[in-house]
Amino acid sequence: MNAIEFILAGMLAAATPMLLAALGELVVERTGVLNLGLEGMMALGAALGFITTYTYGSHLLGFGAAALGGAVLSLVFALVVLGFVANQVAAGLAIGILGTGLSSLFGKSFESLTITGLPKLALPLLSDVPVIGPTLFVQDIVVWLTLLFAVGLWAVLNHTKLGLMIRAVGENPHAARAIGFRVLTIRCLAIAFGGAMAGIAGAYASTVYTPLWADGMIAGRGWIALALVVFGTWQTGRIAFGAVLFGALSLGELVTQAGGVNIPSQILACVPYVVTILMLAVISSNRRRMRQNTVASLGQPFQP
Amino acid sequence: MTSAKTPLLALTGVSKRYGGVTANAGIDLIVDPGSIHAILGENGAGKSTLMKLIYGVQSPDEGQILWKGQPVRLGSPADARRLGIGMVFQHFSLFETLSVVQNISLIVPGSQKTLGARIRALGDEFGLTVDPDAMVHALSVGERQRVEIIRCLLLNPDLLILDEPTSVLPPQSVKKLFETLRALQAKGMAILFISHKLEEIKDLCDTATILRAGRVTGRVTPAEHSAKDLATLMIGRAMPPPMPAVARSGGELRLQISGLSHDNDDPFGLPLKDLSLTLRSGEILGIAGISGNGQQDLAALISGEIVQARSARDTLRLMGQPMADQGAAARRALGFAFVPEERLGRGAVPDMSLSDNALLTAHGAGLVTGGFISRAAERAFTADIIDRFDVRTPGPQAEAGALSGGNLQKFILGREITLAPKVLLVSQPTWGVDIGAATDIRRRLIEMRNDGAAILVISEELEELFQICDRLHVLHKGRLSPSLITAQVTAEEVGAYMIGAGPTKGAAA
Repeated sequence: MNAIEFILAGMLAAATPMLLAALGELVVERTGVLNLGLEGMMALGAALGFITTYTYGSHLLGFGAAALGGAVLSLVFALVVLGFVANQVAAGLAIGILGTGLSSLFGKSFESLTITGLPKLALPLLSDVPVIGPTLFVQDIVVWLTLLFAVGLWAVLNHTKLGLMIRAVGENPHAARAIGFRVLTIRCLAIAFGGAMAGIAGAYASTVYTPLWADGMIAGRGWIALALVVFGTWQTGRIAFGAVLFGALSLGELVTQAGGVNIPSQILACVPYVVTILMLAVISSNRRRMRQNTVASLGQPFQP
Repeated sequence: MTSAKTPLLALTGVSKRYGGVTANAGIDLIVDPGSIHAILGENGAGKSTLMKLIYGVQSPDEGQILWKGQPVRLGSPADARRLGIGMVFQHFSLFETLSVVQNISLIVPGSQKTLGARIRALGDEFGLTVDPDAMVHALSVGERQRVEIIRCLLLNPDLLILDEPTSVLPPQSVKKLFETLRALQAKGMAILFISHKLEEIKDLCDTATILRAGRVTGRVTPAEHSAKDLATLMIGRAMPPPMPAVARSGGELRLQISGLSHDNDDPFGLPLKDLSLTLRSGEILGIAGISGNGQQDLAALISGEIVQARSARDTLRLMGQPMADQGAAARRALGFAFVPEERLGRGAVPDMSLSDNALLTAHGAGLVTGGFISRAAERAFTADIIDRFDVRTPGPQAEAGALSGGNLQKFILGREITLAPKVLLVSQPTWGVDIGAATDIRRRLIEMRNDGAAILVISEELEELFQICDRLHVLHKGRLSPSLITAQVTAEEVGAYMIGAGPTKGAAA
């Protein structure tokens, strides 16, 4: 397997944890709430997902437990920022730290245990294409479902009344309330959704992508997902593009290091971050489109 | 007024308090089907609160609301809409990043395609033309109002509430709006029309309920009363007479803008193109126009919040000196002063005391010695402003944010006037200010002018500009009209410039 095939085979799976978390955060931010606790919610999801899958032998149960855990933790955040109108940045950071701490606590006795991941599914017809067929089009079921979900979310946000409601609440919560939307309810549901997605994202990382639990295994993916949402200018397609680009670059970095290229590894490790941010910054440089998609009330507390 | 019919809407003894403030106290209101009913009252009289209760945005603390004879509890605007109540807000409840039809589909059921067709049909029937696929941020204020009205009409309400609908419209559009409202009345719809403009109410409404300080002070047929009577009911005393202006001629040139252009950073904003004006001592120059036509940028350019490149330094001259590339401090040092439209946040710091707020722009007036604040001088300076400008407050230590809009505006204006500026820029001097304070503010401006100051007033209240200005320009889509002499033009002629229709009869000076 050469370097290109290696990257093609792995980039979608590498992108999936970040994409799942970013899609959840996209919905949260579209309603005007900034939840910086993504990293911690992913860590909690990863720990709970691994423990459940290890104990009961079912990935489905694992994902369910992780989604529930992420949602419960995010509801604590919702209570603080919506109920007590606390600062969203401070509350998000605190929830993130709490989630990471809880994941270490729960995962302590499961450290270094392993489980089996999920089988790869080959897409009919497409997987027969030379080179990209056996690599790009052979992925596990979660990867395919995540991509389908991204398309579905794009359709919901742009072409349904639910999507319009979410965007309206994020642009102007006072006007939304004046025409009769329950702003806090919508925001609370969005936060819970975002938490569940982050939990699932963590579980994918710990039960499928690298099927083991290790403390700190989320390793900044939550922060990357947050950056993807912003640099992807709150648009589903761009966020997915950014996630896959980042996945491909991080694999490229491994290939380069393994190939013995004489560049310090610290610099190579920076490349995916720098290139992803540059790429997304370039595509989001159209100010009119940026303004069209920026969430006007993002991070601002709302009191009816 | 008595009526044999069951009233469409009846309120009995409705009260609403916010904290310690009583916004509405024991309000009784009866609206008959098919009538145009005015709620008349000045800023702060409780009109908007009352409408929020009727539209279900807030719930009353006491009292009862009867709809078609049945008591109802309105938990949310959705409840009100189900009953058949529609509302057009003063500060529109539209979403700028969505299209017209998307905005409407948020509360009106139906696919966007059928809604688009219905929007066009309604537009043709009632003269409310608007493109369903246009993005709301690209619409003028008048068009946005039409979108709000259409959004209500698509739900076939029995009662349509309009909160200060004419405050954002030029005179021509007001006439058109009234035609629309009469056509709606002819179809049997009742209209609740909220305003503080007496002539409009006399012109349009069958009945008026007058509010003062949260209580009903009268129920009248407006056509049978003079504007003076209505004003007395509204403000509790006779309307204060305006201060006469002393005609002066040809003072020295204080502010000269020539060929000033500016591109807005906000891609939805308007660029200002090739503006020119002159302002002499002893005159008040008005900038008329509907908000959102470049007023905020113009104020920022003159005040020095936006600084131009050095190559464009000659586009703005203060006291003869090129200043377009200089910041606000340099301009103030030359004798310039500025009262911004946002009182809290730009004109004053809400959680600082009045004394400290005075210091912000008056630090040069002997309040600081050797780098240290002289608290005694600061207090004396503030107490003097409070006294001379009739600011109702416990004293110099009161927080700025605790003052009512009118009192804070008097304080900020007092602070700037006390600095005896040679050029004063005032943006929206009487926004949200009650009539007494507004009259007082206008009187102060005319006094200053009579004493030889050069004053530039940006305002969307055309009546106000006609009262105090010697000349005016109209700002429309980032361009200035020629200079118009106030005594020689009519409101309609100025209104033509406000909607971009250009000169009607030549009155340019």
